[in-house]
Amino acid sequence: MADLLTTPLTALHEELGAKMVPFAGYSMPVQYKLGVMKEHTHTRTAAGLFDVSHMGQVRITGDGAADALEALIPVDIAGLGQGRQRYGFFTNDNGGILDDLMLANRGDHIFMVINAACKDQDIAHMRANLPSGITLDHITDRALIALQGPKAETALATLNPAVADMAFMDVADVELVGEVCWISRSGYTGEDGYEISVPEAAAEPLARALLTLDDVEAIGLGARDSLRLEAGLCLYGHDIDTDTTPIEAGLNWAIQKVRRADGDRAGGFPGADVILGQMAKGTGRKRVGLLPQGRAPMREGVPLFATEDSGEQVGMITSGGFGPTVECPVAMGYVATDLSDPDTTVFGELRGKRLPLTVTKLPFRPAQFKR
Amino acid sequence: MKFTEEHEWLREEGDLIVVGITTHATEQLGDIVFVELPDVGDEVEKDDEIVVIESVKAASDILSPLDGEVVEVNEALVETPALANEDAMGAAWFFKLRPSDLSPMDDYMDEAAYKEFIA
Repeated sequence: MADLLTTPLTALHEELGAKMVPFAGYSMPVQYKLGVMKEHTHTRTAAGLFDVSHMGQVRITGDGAADALEALIPVDIAGLGQGRQRYGFFTNDNGGILDDLMLANRGDHIFMVINAACKDQDIAHMRANLPSGITLDHITDRALIALQGPKAETALATLNPAVADMAFMDVADVELVGEVCWISRSGYTGEDGYEISVPEAAAEPLARALLTLDDVEAIGLGARDSLRLEAGLCLYGHDIDTDTTPIEAGLNWAIQKVRRADGDRAGGFPGADVILGQMAKGTGRKRVGLLPQGRAPMREGVPLFATEDSGEQVGMITSGGFGPTVECPVAMGYVATDLSDPDTTVFGELRGKRLPLTVTKLPFRPAQFKR
Repeated sequence: MKFTEEHEWLREEGDLIVVGITTHATEQLGDIVFVELPDVGDEVEKDDEIVVIESVKAASDILSPLDGEVVEVNEALVETPALANEDAMGAAWFFKLRPSDLSPMDDYMDEAAYKEFIA
């Protein structure tokens, strides 16, 4: 794995006995000694520390930065309060999703976190489309650490009690281990928690300070995936991509009223005609939760059918596996809209057999955010 | 006890062969969440894919190491797949086979050779 990129925590992962795998060009920990199942459960019951430094961190500065970004992202950025964060995505002219992301209003700039596998393309996309006068800085001297779980607040508060005062989706500058960190109260596990942008030299001291706490364990990408799947959250490149629209993906909630058809700043983003049209008229397929009725997990790529013997495929699983907290196999995927009502049975073809799944509302595990 | 390159173990029990997978295999697979076993009475041939195991990471097939008839399967393992992580060499046996041809046994590894194989 000689030509893989590393993060400021790579040496620590290896010291902790992590199994390292290539992911989006980086060598990343897929699991530690606890294993995926226990890491998952630990995050749901205590606190998990995740290295997400492979993700892209971007600062956008300049007068009108929010308006300029609204031309690329169909969410309310101009109306985002200072010290607040929100979920969004870049769209293309067909209404497909180029990447999903988090945006924060940090006063004199907008801070963005983008997916590792998409970051070069996202940055090129912004550089090509943001007007002159708007400056984009790709921040490469900071690590990103997520601390997630019901004990995340008490754990992080041992380093600075100010973090306890943050509400879900707040962002703040907070000093930890002697360095100013950019903290958001958010994450991608369905649990309460924080994401911490920390200067790279302080990343390992910060991670070590947290890992000395009884409640905190290092958690790998394996459990990160099962946690987000139980929480019903999309993984870019799997559940959403350039061939899926936000409306098909059920991400309508992320497009605030002000950007919708009757809003004050309606449309004005790539693919607006498609996306706003689908909002009005509906879509031919929808992303849904899928619960295998048997015990066999059904994973990404399993084709779905309306009946045990029908010929025409009606959808596909885009993420699937075992949910350690719900203690059963879970999946999500796209089905034809007429089969998307909860409690509809569809059939997945697995190892030559058609096995039933129940269409289910997402998430499988309700979010535990601190509102 | 004999071992295959597919990380199965084979233990003679009277005129039956008990088959499971090794601790090394379950460590590599991670937490096992699903096991599908053949039916009792199935006539199987060597290298038939007769068991499916799924870990949190992926699905794997287990091949029959011999020709024969499946005479017993471990329902406890189907009920509690995590047994495979807890006691791979004992309680988490997969199935018992009445072999019709024992000659492949000579090709399988003994414990020392298997230890070398996974080293």
